[in-house]
Amino acid sequence: MTYALNRVTVPVTVDEEKCIAAKGCTVCVDVCPLDILAIDLAKGTAYMKFDECWYCMPCEKDCPTGAVHVDIPYLLR
Amino acid sequence: MNTIEMEVDVLVIGGGTAGPMAAAKAKEKNPALRVLVMEKANVKRSGAISMGMDGLNNAVIPGHATPEQYVKEITVANDGIVNQKTVMKYATSSFDMIQELDSWGVKFEKDETGDYAVKKVHHIGTYVLPMPEGHNMKKVLYRQLKKRRVEITNRLMATRLLLDEGGAIAGAMAVDSRTADFYVIRSKTVILATGAAGRLGMPSSGYLFGTYENPTNAGDGYSLAYHAGAELSGIECFQINPLIKDYNGPSCAYVTGPFGGYTANANGDRFIECDYWSGQMMMEFYKELEGGNGPVFLKMDHLAEETISTIEEILHTNERPSRGRFHEGRGLDYRTGMVEMHISEIGLCSGHSGSGVWVNEHAETTVPGLYAAGDLACVPHNYMLGAFVYGKLAGESAAEYCASHALPPVDNAQVEAERKRVWGPLDVVDGLPPGQVEYKLRRMVNDYLQPPKVTRKMEIGLQRFAEIEEDLSRMSATNPHELMRAMEIHAIRDCAEMAAQASLYRKESRWGLYHYRVDYPEKNDADWFVHVQVKKDANGNMSCFTRPIEPYIVALDEEEKTAYQKLRIVKEPAAA
Repeated sequence: MTYALNRVTVPVTVDEEKCIAAKGCTVCVDVCPLDILAIDLAKGTAYMKFDECWYCMPCEKDCPTGAVHVDIPYLLR
Repeated sequence: MNTIEMEVDVLVIGGGTAGPMAAAKAKEKNPALRVLVMEKANVKRSGAISMGMDGLNNAVIPGHATPEQYVKEITVANDGIVNQKTVMKYATSSFDMIQELDSWGVKFEKDETGDYAVKKVHHIGTYVLPMPEGHNMKKVLYRQLKKRRVEITNRLMATRLLLDEGGAIAGAMAVDSRTADFYVIRSKTVILATGAAGRLGMPSSGYLFGTYENPTNAGDGYSLAYHAGAELSGIECFQINPLIKDYNGPSCAYVTGPFGGYTANANGDRFIECDYWSGQMMMEFYKELEGGNGPVFLKMDHLAEETISTIEEILHTNERPSRGRFHEGRGLDYRTGMVEMHISEIGLCSGHSGSGVWVNEHAETTVPGLYAAGDLACVPHNYMLGAFVYGKLAGESAAEYCASHALPPVDNAQVEAERKRVWGPLDVVDGLPPGQVEYKLRRMVNDYLQPPKVTRKMEIGLQRFAEIEEDLSRMSATNPHELMRAMEIHAIRDCAEMAAQASLYRKESRWGLYHYRVDYPEKNDADWFVHVQVKKDANGNMSCFTRPIEPYIVALDEEEKTAYQKLRIVKEPAAA
C-alpha cells in the first residue's frame, strides 16, 4: 500500500515567543481531551500534532503565558 | 511495550462527570477500599463538562417542582418507555445532590432571598437552574478526588472487561495512548462512566472531531458493556440535537429561553411551544428545517442590550466557549441577526435521549459487579445532575458489593486474546490508516441510519458494517495515539451495528424523529409499549428482545400523556 501526504491547516496555534515548553511546561498537552498537542523537542515549543480538535479551549485557558490560540477549524468556519 | 498488572477493589472507567462522583462516594462509603479512576484523557479537563456547564437542566427543587411531577414529565417526554423507578430515584436524590455540590463550591444562581433561581424550559414543570459561573466544575471535582485519596491514571483507554467463570466482573484491560503499554487491572467491581457514543454519525461539516459530544466519548463503554454480556436498552432512541449549524454545538435555548430567546423559522416566527429537547420537538424542528419556512434559527435580536450581554457572558465562557469566536468569524451579533440552526449527526446518549446500558435504581447493570452511570447509563434525559446522582449510586452499590465478594482470579486466555487484538495494528505493515476507516464507517452511518429510518437502507447498512469489520484487522497504527484511535473504531462499529439492529427490531415509530421509521410511521402501543434490549447471546451473536415496562409508580392522566405530541403552535385563522 502507498500513502499520500495531505496538507491541512490546524486550528490550534502556539506563539513560539511566549511558549515555555523548553522550561518543562506541558500544561496544554496535559489538558487536551483529545491528546492532539505535543512538544517539539528540537524547538522547545508546543504544537498541534493531530488534526482532531474539538475547539473546546482548555489548552488556551490553562496556558500560563497566553501562548496558545484556538481557532475554529477551517471546515466549520 | 510492557504489560502492567494492577489490583483494586473499585475500578471507575471514565473521569468526566459521573466517574469522579462514583469514586468519591465509594471511598466515602468505605475509605479502606482501593478505588482507581481510569481516564482516557486527563481528569482535570475530561468529559462532556471539560469547560464546565452553564446550568442544570433537570433540578427537582422543593417549592419549584416535585419528584412525582418530574417523573411524569420524563415519562411523557420519552414517549412512555421508561422504568419509572430509575427516574424517581434520580428525582428524589436530586436536591440533596445540588446541596452537596453547593457545599463543595459549585455556584448556582440564587435570587435575592437566597433561594435557587429555577427557570421554566420544559413543557410542564420548572427544572432549569442556571450556573453562570459553572466553568469551575472540573476543579471542584478534582479537589474532592485528591481529598479522598482516590487513585487516578490518565491516558489509559479501557478496551475489554475481564469476567470470571460465572460471568461476573473480574477487572478490565486497557492500553496507554502514549506508550502502548497494555494494562491488566484486576478488580472486584467496575463502574462504567465513559459518556455518550458521540462519534457515531459524521457532522455535516465532514470534520470527524466537530461533533456535538466531546469526541473522545467514542462509545467505548457501550462496546465494553456489550462484550461483557450486559443488556443495553433503547439504542434505537437515537440522540439528535438542534445545534448551531457548522459549529455543531448548542446554541443554547435552555439558557436563552428564560431570557426571552426562542427557536424561530426564517420569518422569525415561533413554531414550537417549548424548546426542551425531545424526539417530538426534533420532529417539528426537522419539518420546519426542510419546509418552505426553513431553515431554523435561534432568535434573540428582539432582546434588550443588557439581556444580550448577560447571555453572551454565560454562553461565551461556559460549556462551549468557542461559540463566541465562531459567531465573530461569521460576523454574527445576537443583537442584529439570528443564529442559523441545524440537526446534529446521530449518537447514543441517555443523558439527552434514552439510549444506554440498562441499569436499575441502584445503578446495577445485568452483569454482577458491573455498574453504569452518566450519559451511557439508560436513565432517560438524565443530563449532568443525573450523572452525579447515578455516579453516587454506582459508587455506593460497588462499595457494598466489595464487602461480600473476593477478588476473582484472572483468566489468562482472555488476557492473551485481548493483548493480541489491541497490539494487532502495531504489527500490521502497510495497513489501512485508522482515520480513513473511521471516515468511511461514519459516513455509512449517516447514509443508512440517520432518520427518517428506512428498512432496506438499514439492512444495507448492516452489510456495510460487516464489511468494515473485516477491515478492522487490516488497520495499521504508526504510534500509540493512532492505536487508541484504531481501538475506538472497533467501539464505534459495535455501536453502529447495535443502532441498526435495535432500529430494525422496533417495528413502529416512536420518540418523534429519534425513531421515525418511514415504513412503520405510526406509534403502536399494542405491540411496542416495551423496552427493546440488545445483548450478545451465548453464541456471541447480537440479539434483540423485549423487556416489559414495569408498572408505573406515578400514573399519568390523558391530558399529560399527549402533552409532548402537541408541540407545534397552531395559528388561529385570521378573522374575515
